[in-house]
Amino acid sequence: MGKDQHTDWDVLIKGLWRENPVFVAVLGMCPTLAVTNTAINSLAMASATFFVLVFSSLFVSLLRKVIAKQVRITTYIVIIATFVSLVDMLLAALVPDIHKELGAFIALIVVNCLILGRQESFAAKNKVGAALMDAIGMGLGFTIALLMIGIVRELLGNGSLFDIPIFGTSFEPWIIMILPPGGFFTLGFLLLLFNAVALRRAKANAITS
Amino acid sequence: MTEQPHLPPAPPVSPELPSEPGPGRLIATLGLAGFFSGLLLVTGFVLTRPIIEENKAEALKAAVYKVLEDCKSFEQLTWDGQNLGSGPTTKENAAPVYIGFGEGHRVLGFAITSEEPGFQDIIKAIYGYDPQLDQIIGMEILESKETPGLGDKIFKDVNFRSNFDALAVQPEIISVKHGQKSNPHEVEAITGATISSKAVTRLLQKGMAEWREPIQRFAQDMEQKGASEPNEQN
Repeated sequence: MGKDQHTDWDVLIKGLWRENPVFVAVLGMCPTLAVTNTAINSLAMASATFFVLVFSSLFVSLLRKVIAKQVRITTYIVIIATFVSLVDMLLAALVPDIHKELGAFIALIVVNCLILGRQESFAAKNKVGAALMDAIGMGLGFTIALLMIGIVRELLGNGSLFDIPIFGTSFEPWIIMILPPGGFFTLGFLLLLFNAVALRRAKANAITS
Repeated sequence: MTEQPHLPPAPPVSPELPSEPGPGRLIATLGLAGFFSGLLLVTGFVLTRPIIEENKAEALKAAVYKVLEDCKSFEQLTWDGQNLGSGPTTKENAAPVYIGFGEGHRVLGFAITSEEPGFQDIIKAIYGYDPQLDQIIGMEILESKETPGLGDKIFKDVNFRSNFDALAVQPEIISVKHGQKSNPHEVEAITGATISSKAVTRLLQKGMAEWREPIQRFAQDMEQKGASEPNEQN
């Protein structure tokens, strides 16, 4: 029991850092670059993806012995698309302003390879508990990554954070940061930072062992 | 050399292959996935549709109050193919034109919905029109899927929105580059969102080409009726 708990915890943690979907696996680049120009858009997109990832993993894991391998990809897509459509309707009903902000990008969650990738590589091969932990860990890792990019881009590109002015009127916004190149610059910079820290930690571990 | 005992030949060894599911099982799997997906989607649609419709109606109501300043109430007009009219609207005769009333049921102006393709998808907007001044007196975006941070400036950029506070309709609404507005019928486009801002200009041009004259006729009729029945309201 204790060992299982440790394993599930490890599965959850790995998505946050060791196997972070954006900074390590470099998955889900479409929303990562397209909607991270403000922190609130990043948070909304990450929350929608989190919802789809968790529920898709739950159902794929539950049905893993029923789904024949010849039609597994089609079935996963049907499951994922169902939850994307549901999240689209829920956002339109509950938070219409955020739904208006994200526009066409909600529907594009269907083709986020992070989600299909987790179904194929993890949820389809593991029990429900582990599959949920994996989905929650990966979803949180994706949220952290999108928020980091969104915060940097909104601060530099608009001088604000969650629409609250931070730098005052004297600040000249770096317009390029909220334009598509700003997404690439920020992602590149954060990838560099993330890998530098990971490398330093690996070296420190090697010396102590 | 010893003689080997004569043994019968061993049967060929066949590898243990997992049994393949038949076509019926595959069809059943996909059929069930489709069935439950449909069930969930229809349930979600039925549960959220009234709320989404209500949200849209609220957004439209709020937008009419914004584009027609001091508006206290409004009603949708009917269209018979020739003229605008007032009365109960149905799906067939409803015009995308609303008449707004202020204090004492005074006509404040008209709100018109119009749409045009933008950069990503259709942009739907509502704008206020004053037939006496022959001016657009406000504009609100109702639906837009324009790029967050760029195209969405059509409803976020205060400077762009101020284009529509008193925009002359004649001789023609036109789009000009940012900082080059010199006439009351010009709209300053947004740098970095030219396609989206020009789409807004086009939807105003389209809406005015279609509804300016019917609205002016309707407003004149209302004025004449008001003059011939001065005490009807009392």
